[in-house]
Amino acid sequence: MWERIGAMVFKELRQMARDPGMIVMMLMFPIIQLLIFGFAINSDPRHLPMAVESNDNSAFSRAILSSLCNTGYFDLIELADQPVEGDRLIAEGRAQFVLTVPSDFSRALVRGEHPQLLLTVDATDPASTGPAVAAVNEAVSQALARELHGPLAARQPGPPPVSLVLHRSYNPEGVTSHNTVPGLLAIILSMTMVALTAMSVTREVEQGTMENLLATPLRPIEVMVGKIVPYFGMGLVQVLVVLAAARIVFQVPFEGSFVLLLAVTLLFTLVSLALGFTLSTLVESQVMSMQASMLYLLPSILLSGFAFPYRGMPLLVQWLAEILPPTHYIRLVRGIMLKGWDARLAAPEAGVLLVMLLVLGTVAVRRYRDTIA
Amino acid sequence: MSEAPAIAVRGLTKRFGPRTVVDHVDLTVQPGRICGFLGPNGSGKTTTLRMICGLLIPDAGEGEVLGLDLKTQRRAIKQQIGYMTQKFGLFGDLTIAENLEFIARVYGLDRKRARVDAALEQLGLASRADQLAGKLSGGWKQRLALAAAVLHEPKILLLDEPTAGVDPQARREFWDQIHGLARDGMTVLVSTHYMDEAERCHEIAYIAYGVMLARGTTAEVIAASGLHALQGEGGGADRLAAEIEARPGVAMAAPFGTTLHVCGPDPAALREAVKPWAGQVRFTESAPTLEDVFIHLMRDAPDHSVLERA
Repeated sequence: MWERIGAMVFKELRQMARDPGMIVMMLMFPIIQLLIFGFAINSDPRHLPMAVESNDNSAFSRAILSSLCNTGYFDLIELADQPVEGDRLIAEGRAQFVLTVPSDFSRALVRGEHPQLLLTVDATDPASTGPAVAAVNEAVSQALARELHGPLAARQPGPPPVSLVLHRSYNPEGVTSHNTVPGLLAIILSMTMVALTAMSVTREVEQGTMENLLATPLRPIEVMVGKIVPYFGMGLVQVLVVLAAARIVFQVPFEGSFVLLLAVTLLFTLVSLALGFTLSTLVESQVMSMQASMLYLLPSILLSGFAFPYRGMPLLVQWLAEILPPTHYIRLVRGIMLKGWDARLAAPEAGVLLVMLLVLGTVAVRRYRDTIA
Repeated sequence: MSEAPAIAVRGLTKRFGPRTVVDHVDLTVQPGRICGFLGPNGSGKTTTLRMICGLLIPDAGEGEVLGLDLKTQRRAIKQQIGYMTQKFGLFGDLTIAENLEFIARVYGLDRKRARVDAALEQLGLASRADQLAGKLSGGWKQRLALAAAVLHEPKILLLDEPTAGVDPQARREFWDQIHGLARDGMTVLVSTHYMDEAERCHEIAYIAYGVMLARGTTAEVIAASGLHALQGEGGGADRLAAEIEARPGVAMAAPFGTTLHVCGPDPAALREAVKPWAGQVRFTESAPTLEDVFIHLMRDAPDHSVLERA
């Protein structure tokens, strides 16, 4: 038995080694994904272009402006003095924000008339403006707190009745990559384990080599294990690449236990492999298996909580996400890496993956027989 | 024939959905014999071979291969059977030597290195051992596939249309090899479309639309068909095929070069049928060929697959 499995593993490794695309897939894939999701994607965009239509050039308006720029969210691109200029800049997309200071702003402020400031926002993409808008109020009151002194100190707003203490746990600076890079483990493993195993099995069927394999004393389970082992190794390499990048390049904190992370990763890998095998028994060609994998990968990326907030989805879609293994694995990785989950905290999500493994594993073994057709 | 048959199956039946692809096929092959398995495309030859080597489980019927039960001892059968698939079943992205090594490992053979080297030597591929199998020409692929199928010295060799697309010389060499293996005691079951190959077999089995129609040596099958043949020469005989075939008493008329081959079940009726052309064409007695028999059988056989779908 071990000799036959060994023969399969050895054969798979040789075939992999001869397929340059496979090596590219193994190493380049995590790296490309890391570059895209780690560097390129930022859910907290800064340096957004802002134009100012100032009709009141005073110490107050200048203080507010510099305070806004100091938040890091805004870059002043233009000081317009004609009224229509701001609308045009927003329509053209050159400015995402236009701050309009009314002409009697400082006078009204000094008189205590509660003057208004107008912030026009190009809100086509709500995600890109949200964090910046949230920072505006704080920046304005800080600027005024410094400027309203001496006789104007009376205009200082009194302390709010309740002071809210905000404690951003686990990712205090809100660094996007701390969230996406751990999640990438799920995406990369899904791609490799599901898509590649499904393709590797259907390739044997398509090329007619499966008939030959099954006519030999090789048992289905031996063919399966022989195919799993190399891909498993490949997945391990990818996991290490991503974890190394998380640590060295992105400085993602690692609060929990490395062993626990490896354990749940192993579990998720097995679930994905079982899924890939089951998939391969349902499709007839490599093209079909590629399409089926994509059908799985797309919701895995979009609905699992990797790319978009899980809680932002309608309840029905949340249920759908629950049946996707990556949803649970992503929670586990984030929990262990960022929140320092121990085995007890990880148990519920890991339990779901374990159930999935049992179900999919049974289906895969049952459907994958030693006969053809 | 006191020895136990190498292959003995009875009532072998396989259905795919509503279609009965193999319908109660009985087949017995004695050890050391080469049995040619003939039939039109889609007649169930491959399915029967797959059932014999354990790749498919029959829906009905029973049988023994090397004394092992076809249904319950498939794994033990696989160990002693060599199967060469219709499509090249080895790995194109492995070298010739690597393919053979893989097979040696899968069968758990001893002296792997020596066996692989011997096979390479015998193939005449020792110098090209490191060439990728996928880059070989059709004839070489076929030789390699045969070498791989017999590497574990099986007692039975199943060949599914092994010579499709191979040139005549390679075919000749291939058959010499098959006969050599049979001499050493290997039982061979080979499916083919080629009549000349059928004639190289010790015995033949003809299957059409899942039903076994004829069985025996070439001479037996021809004799059992009851066909008689005439050969027409001269006077543009080859152009008369369609006209003559339409006459009563003529089963088939086919041009061969400038001559015309006519056959039918009754010699007197056959003579009568060609009479109108007796003046221009010289008809002489001729032996019916295996091809005549098979085409005749095939035309008479009901197409189960079509009937049952209708």
